[in-house]
Amino acid sequence: MKPFAYHQPTQIPDAAKLLTSIEDSKLVAGGMTLIPTLKQRLASPVALIDLSRLGSLKGITDDGATITIGAMTPHAVVAGSKLVQARIPGLAALASMIGDPAVRSRGTIGGSVANNDPAADYPAGVLGLGATIVTSTREIAADKFFLGLFETALEPGEIITAIRFPLPLKAGYAKFKAPASRYALVGVFVAKFADGVRVAVTGAGAGVFRVPPMEAALSQHFDPSAIAAIKIDTDGLTSDIHAEADYRAHLVTVMAKRAVDAALS
Amino acid sequence: MQISFTLNGRPTTVDVEPATLVAELLREQFNLTGTHIGCDTSQCGACVVHLDGLPVKSCTLLAPALDGATLLTIEGLQGAPGSNRLHPMQEAFREHHGLQCGFCTPGMLMTAVALATEKPALTEADVRRGLEGNICRCTGYQNIVVSVISGAAAMNAAKGE
Repeated sequence: MKPFAYHQPTQIPDAAKLLTSIEDSKLVAGGMTLIPTLKQRLASPVALIDLSRLGSLKGITDDGATITIGAMTPHAVVAGSKLVQARIPGLAALASMIGDPAVRSRGTIGGSVANNDPAADYPAGVLGLGATIVTSTREIAADKFFLGLFETALEPGEIITAIRFPLPLKAGYAKFKAPASRYALVGVFVAKFADGVRVAVTGAGAGVFRVPPMEAALSQHFDPSAIAAIKIDTDGLTSDIHAEADYRAHLVTVMAKRAVDAALS
Repeated sequence: MQISFTLNGRPTTVDVEPATLVAELLREQFNLTGTHIGCDTSQCGACVVHLDGLPVKSCTLLAPALDGATLLTIEGLQGAPGSNRLHPMQEAFREHHGLQCGFCTPGMLMTAVALATEKPALTEADVRRGLEGNICRCTGYQNIVVSVISGAAAMNAAKGE
């Protein structure tokens, strides 16, 4: 790891100012992706801006019609939250499936969403639930946030402060894990709302995406049988040493059915 | 930068480069070599320690994260410093032969203690899932799982004493 300066701001505007003023600086939340990246020298920022002293970024609040999860809230806290378990059990389940216990102690929802790894779990939950990404400057709908491989709508100097989730009638997540990394080979989040169903897929392509034919079928009949015959086009899906695109396409349908099962159970 | 934290019960202050990993700091500066570095890529879990009571991989933790925190390593797991009394989880690993070469054992123990603290009545499925981030290349896990279930029961019994 190359040396870097370390800043621990206590106010969001100070953090944003540091990020804008120091060229080649990076934010660090839980560090579960960034620290391995630094160790492999795939990145060598001159300064890290640690978000852990921004107290307002931690914690889960009940807003009535929505739940707001602070960006620095670790996965283990979301997984163990009685509030999330009661209102969006599918999201608590998703958080409990990320990585391993040590990763869940440190990794944060804001870090995962900002990084937008194509095989990360949270982007599926955030897009599947149609959540809102709250930043230091504005609010961004999930549908406009995830732009592809590690790419998001975040502007330079913009910091995610929280994610706000609407409450679904039912929601579930199912993933087929890559056995060594426990990232999603394919993960599908399904959420049923009064005005329709959303289906979001992670792991299969360059970034999280929705599946309109499944959403339409599940809006008619919220049951695994409704989507059993829906095949996903392999165009744009990932082929790598872990799985070919046609296998991933097959898994999308299988995981979507399991996610619906999970939502119904 | 200067950081202050509690290391195995003792208040500690140390000057560190921000790019120092906690696993390096423990082994090289404090000579606490019970924390092992296996893969150094956050996969194997041999370096697991407890940061404010939670299991974390010390090879994927920057030293500044220790400031103001409480750190427990494998050396602090047993009773009072210098005592030869093993922690109930360590006893269980010895009793059930939960190790062969022993390299992964410090991390296994730290993860197991955290798991048993969070959920006292562990099932086999809980243990296997809880140990997903700890890799052993010797045992095939069977004896480790038996050890953790037994150690958790012993921890629970000790709590009631």
